[in-house]
Amino acid sequence: MTSTAQETHEPTITRSDEEVVLDSGEREFMFDVRTQDMEVNFGPQHPATHGVMRILMRADGEVCTGAQPHLGYLHRCAEKIGENVEWLQYLPYTDRYDYLAAMNNNLGYSMAVEKLMGVEIPRRALMIRTICAELNRIGSHLIAFGTYGLDLGAFTPFLYMFREREWMMALFEKICGARLTYSYIRIGGVFNDAPPGWLSEVERFCDTFEEKWKEYCDLLMVNHIFVKRTADVGVIPVDMALDFGLTGPMLRGSGVDFDLRKDMPYELYDEIWKDKAFEIPVGTGEKGTLGDCWDRVYVRVMEMMESIKIVRWCLAAIEPGPVIADIPKTLRVPPGEAYVGIENPRGELGHYVVSDGGKVGVRVRVRGPSFVNLAVLEAILPGALIADAIAIIGSTDIVVGETDR
Amino acid sequence: MLTPIEVVEVAAASPASAQGGTNMLNELLAKAPRPEFVPDWVVPLNAILIGVGILVAIVSLNAMFGTWLERKVSGHIQCRYGPMRVGWHGWLQPLVDGVKLLLKEDMIPKGADRVLYVIAPALVLSSVLAAMTAFPLSREFFFADIDLGLFFILAMTSTTTIGVVMAGWASNSKWSLYGAMREAAQVVAYEIPLGISLLVPVMAAGTFNLIEVSDMQSGGFGVLNWLIWPWVNPLMLPAFLIFFVAILAETKRAPFDLPEAESELVAGFLTEYSGIRWSFFFMEEYAAMLLFCVVGSFFFFGGFESPLTSAAGGMFGDGSVLHQLAAFTTIVVKGFAGIFLMMWLRWTLPRVRIDQIMTMGYKYLTPLALLCVLLAGIWEVFLAPYLPWR
Repeated sequence: MTSTAQETHEPTITRSDEEVVLDSGEREFMFDVRTQDMEVNFGPQHPATHGVMRILMRADGEVCTGAQPHLGYLHRCAEKIGENVEWLQYLPYTDRYDYLAAMNNNLGYSMAVEKLMGVEIPRRALMIRTICAELNRIGSHLIAFGTYGLDLGAFTPFLYMFREREWMMALFEKICGARLTYSYIRIGGVFNDAPPGWLSEVERFCDTFEEKWKEYCDLLMVNHIFVKRTADVGVIPVDMALDFGLTGPMLRGSGVDFDLRKDMPYELYDEIWKDKAFEIPVGTGEKGTLGDCWDRVYVRVMEMMESIKIVRWCLAAIEPGPVIADIPKTLRVPPGEAYVGIENPRGELGHYVVSDGGKVGVRVRVRGPSFVNLAVLEAILPGALIADAIAIIGSTDIVVGETDR
Repeated sequence: MLTPIEVVEVAAASPASAQGGTNMLNELLAKAPRPEFVPDWVVPLNAILIGVGILVAIVSLNAMFGTWLERKVSGHIQCRYGPMRVGWHGWLQPLVDGVKLLLKEDMIPKGADRVLYVIAPALVLSSVLAAMTAFPLSREFFFADIDLGLFFILAMTSTTTIGVVMAGWASNSKWSLYGAMREAAQVVAYEIPLGISLLVPVMAAGTFNLIEVSDMQSGGFGVLNWLIWPWVNPLMLPAFLIFFVAILAETKRAPFDLPEAESELVAGFLTEYSGIRWSFFFMEEYAAMLLFCVVGSFFFFGGFESPLTSAAGGMFGDGSVLHQLAAFTTIVVKGFAGIFLMMWLRWTLPRVRIDQIMTMGYKYLTPLALLCVLLAGIWEVFLAPYLPWR
């Protein structure tokens, strides 16, 4: 073994630890002692990939020197199905991209079709949509934050977060009967009105959540080991974030104040923003460098609180009324094309729909935030330790169902 | 044919109890009635066999109770119950788990080094079993009363590293190899502060022998003479903290569970193991936890000494069966208190990174431990002789 290693890879001792760019464009890192490089297959079945994603990693001892994400293990032809089923029948498929934020996916698709149809959505429906989307954002961020702790070896916060998420799912179960794949937000409004007492329970959830949220911050965000593991790790500078087209907390973690709810407001967000009911938290580099893993997690944690504020605004303003516009059972969407981007918990979720006037769509294209955000891994993983690589992958908060669709 | 008294003399002269005191096991066996045709040399042999049996039973029971406790502690920390189905609050769960592990298919991955792969778990478990022989169950009930007991325990437990590295290498898996390399780096780094921090109580006690250390902490209602108290030696508390951090790393417990870091290395050196071989590593882990916690209780927290032991000693006489039982209970309770603390930490803290753990071991803990030893030496030589309570 030793002799082969010496033949193939002469162990050299270098004096620099700076980055060397090879002719092929690959970046190489030189360390004091070079060892034989090892190709590690990170996934598809690995506890830290959050699904069936595979990253082919080249490692020099504990240091990752190259990484390439491989996709497609969860490809389910979602977009092709969109060209073969009726407009309304496609709605349940949108649940399955980003199964942690199904309400947001429903909302994005519905809005794109509604834009083509030009229907007026009742105000109560808009309110319920906003409440559901924001509650789902909280649930999604809870998973992101909880599993991030899990990636770093802290098991317990994860289960605390599931406790609150369980309540959130129970709320959704009460309003639409499903716990994960809701298909509740429909083209033209929402499926049904909130059951009696539901809105007051949402208020109770908000009260409890605000208390528990402080607990999470104490338990993980300011934990010394947590800060040591995440600060200055996986830094994405602003220009790199913009180059890769990152959106959502990934972009805001790098200090860019960009949120579709504020910058391209849709539905009620314009009103809420003008009411100064919520803010857009951005990374500050408080514990380390701007754009490190800690900043990204910080943005998610703070966003949960902002979502609570939005939900409270809606709860205060909601009035009785119809919850779905008068639309036919079998939709015939006028010919044309429409693009609607909404702020999913992971970034911009865009739906581009094309219709020829028939019952079935011609094209349903999805711009998934996880898919776009994933690309940055290739740039920031090299040079990180294996343990840091886990922290970086966790901080991107990808949902493989959506990268592959 | 020897009389029972002569047998006791023979047993007393045997190496196991040559260091003073009588070994209760030999004594009891010698007193037990036996048929005419059984030769005399069977008595010490039986003592050895029975001793080994007790040792294996302790290690297995400890692993069973430890896994149950771990699941219960983690469950209650995480707002759930843990196992509840098998027996009262799931207390029989480890038994059925053991049966499951025994019945599992014994797999050796293709391309693995078969010999090393099979030897590794046995080596790991046997080294910790060997270390356990130095663990006295009570003042007169022990397997081996070794003068350099602490030294022997540290030496034996460090050989588990070889088994782990062997397991990681033989598995022929990259994740296992990572786990093994981390284990080697981490354990070597933390053995140094572990050994050095234990020198502080050793200096105060003047002996490596666990039973003698316990004896010199007697009196003061079984509490006041513990070595950890600052009036005995103020350097003992920092030494204990260093010791505790080091045993967390030695036993691969979170936040130092890097060799088997689940979210990073799948399961580290355990990745390819399954069934009973896998459970050997767990038995080793829990036995090592108990052993280190017991060593900690001997060298910092009074060993057998507790209000219970002194009360039992006062009421029923020193060396009586109830006194011994009280001593045994004390040491087990102290050991499991330490284990509970380790579990509590495991289910609370995130994991540190490999460079952070090495930095902490080499740059901070080792110099601090050395400083503790220096200051403790000054205290022992120049100050302690003039203290009225020493």
